[in-house]
Amino acid sequence: MKRRTALMTSIAALAIGAASAAWAADPIIIGAVGPKTGPLAGGAVVSHWPNIQLWVSEVNARGGLNVGGEMRLIEVIEYDDQTNPAETIKAVTRLATQDNADFILAPYSTGLNLAAAPIFDRLGYPQITSTATTDQAAELHAQFDNLFFTLGTNSAIAGDAVQIMADLRDAGEMGNRIAMVNVADAFGIELAAAAGPAFEAAGFEIVYQTSYPLGTPDLSPVMKAAAAAEPDAFVAWSYPPDTFGLTEQAMIENLDVAVFYTAVATAFPAYAGRFGDAAEGVMGIGGVNPESAAFIDYAARHLEVTGQAPDYWASGMMYATLQILEQAIEGADTLDRAIVTQYIKDNAFDTVMGVMDFDENNSNASFWTVGQWQDGVFTGLASTGREGAVAPVLKDGWE
Amino acid sequence: MDILITGLLLSGTYALMALGLTLQYGVARIMNLANGEMLVAGGFAAFALYTGAGLSPLLTLFLVAPVAYIVNWAIYQIMLRPLVKRARSRGELEQDAILTTFGLSFVMVGLMVWFFGGDYFNYSYLARGVVIMGDNYGLNRVVAFLCSVVLCLGLYLWLNHSKAGMAMRAVSVSPQSAQLVGINVPRLSARAFALGGAVTAVGGVVISTFLTLDASTGVVFTMKALIIVIMGGVGDVRGTILAAVILGMVETIVATLIDPGLTLAAAYALFILILLFRPQGLFGKKPA
Repeated sequence: MKRRTALMTSIAALAIGAASAAWAADPIIIGAVGPKTGPLAGGAVVSHWPNIQLWVSEVNARGGLNVGGEMRLIEVIEYDDQTNPAETIKAVTRLATQDNADFILAPYSTGLNLAAAPIFDRLGYPQITSTATTDQAAELHAQFDNLFFTLGTNSAIAGDAVQIMADLRDAGEMGNRIAMVNVADAFGIELAAAAGPAFEAAGFEIVYQTSYPLGTPDLSPVMKAAAAAEPDAFVAWSYPPDTFGLTEQAMIENLDVAVFYTAVATAFPAYAGRFGDAAEGVMGIGGVNPESAAFIDYAARHLEVTGQAPDYWASGMMYATLQILEQAIEGADTLDRAIVTQYIKDNAFDTVMGVMDFDENNSNASFWTVGQWQDGVFTGLASTGREGAVAPVLKDGWE
Repeated sequence: MDILITGLLLSGTYALMALGLTLQYGVARIMNLANGEMLVAGGFAAFALYTGAGLSPLLTLFLVAPVAYIVNWAIYQIMLRPLVKRARSRGELEQDAILTTFGLSFVMVGLMVWFFGGDYFNYSYLARGVVIMGDNYGLNRVVAFLCSVVLCLGLYLWLNHSKAGMAMRAVSVSPQSAQLVGINVPRLSARAFALGGAVTAVGGVVISTFLTLDASTGVVFTMKALIIVIMGGVGDVRGTILAAVILGMVETIVATLIDPGLTLAAAYALFILILLFRPQGLFGKKPA
């Protein structure tokens, strides 16, 4: 009896819903999937989710997207994939088949994006990634025609870091000894594998190299051994918890190096929040042009709508991919995914990270690779064709 | 020397993770898989009070402990007491408790994400070097070690030299016989569970001064705590402390002398060895 009542109520609700939907244009359904829990949730709530919130609020405040001469609001359906690739795939499938999403935003991180690439491809959705780095763009493009990369390649990210140090050394500012560590995870292993030969080719001597498992509670043996090798530069291909842990250990050991480099999370506002003045001069992965009017405006809106500041690397790129999707839908003037995908391939887009377009492998060729905390701002030092890079400074102690 | 001190400091951290679970599993017979979440919740409280009100984590301890005690007592009475009542055997209770607390861990993660967001939480507290015998160590780790020593010692003395402690040990050895000599087993089990939760939350407060936490990291601590409790022998504080020291030492020795990449492998190898040769744990009694 109870069940029947519930059924009747929902039928009634459906009928009312259908009736009211006839009055206004249907919203555009956008699917979003990413970690809200699990190991990568901490990064996703900085770089991924707030941008979706910002984008939806801005587009809907404007009255929606103009498709076929009709303004249509955006409705987002979000799923937590628990940082679990199987859940990511399940959520994408569900969004496509049950929620009938018009478009699905790319998931978070390199690993989850690669895991989801086959299902995006099979279901025919464009996947414009903003938090994935890879050197295999050509191979992946051959397999998955709808997959786009914006954040960059491991070889450029590692290569530019090596180049900055080589320039400093050649200018006589630092010595030749490198200590390099990495987190034992696909990200850290690939970057260390790219950086090792690059350091050697540049004539550096790697005096200490090791890896450590993700979630290592005590990194002091790593830092002690690195300090004992008396390096001139310390480079860590690290993930957020160890980025914080290694920096703190370096402060405790008073590690005396000319260059101190950590990877993911160095560009997070929380990094400067925690280490304050000690963060000054720390180099890290990513970067932005903090002087660009587009970025300044974006950062202010991000803070206003989400209550938190964007990071200085992937946040802007994530927002840029949303702008690309928005401009492609309006430009192609349709929700037909094949046409929109083709539009993305064929056109250049004006984003908060500058003008962006895609090469023959669906890759954005102009991205930031290395940044540094200078005067409380994480400023880009090197990029593959973006404007606004500044000169590096040496790390001057931890006080 | 350096290895010895680094290893001891890490052991202190491990003891903080595992002590609470020893009480909960040993006395109340609840294999609490939400142990790590309780630890993270303690860390979040420390973070919120430190960044919000400038309250030192060492003072937060005294606030967190009673709150965690009450919360855990309530969890036991509401969620776990019915399981204890209906369980026909210890095995059945363990199975039910594992499933229930596994669910509880998701609820707690969800609550923490809701309240605090999934962001990383960390702050800088006593993050400066202190020189011990010519080497640099993090002051926050030294303080955590001292806290851990005080907790371990306090618990050990209380369990062995007080009437309430003796009753706890009696329940741990045999709930049925304890009942026969007039111990109110249900009430004591609830207290043991609550005390265990309070100890874990206090551990979280201390650990948050040097580890980066987020709402989902709890499972990492649960795993470590499980290993330590099982290695030490269920329900024996001495065993837990010894297991924590061994684990901390082995990990530090491996990290320093061999390769930091092998610490996890070493920890699990040790775990397997103990399971193979002393399945009842270092201080556990062979089942009769």
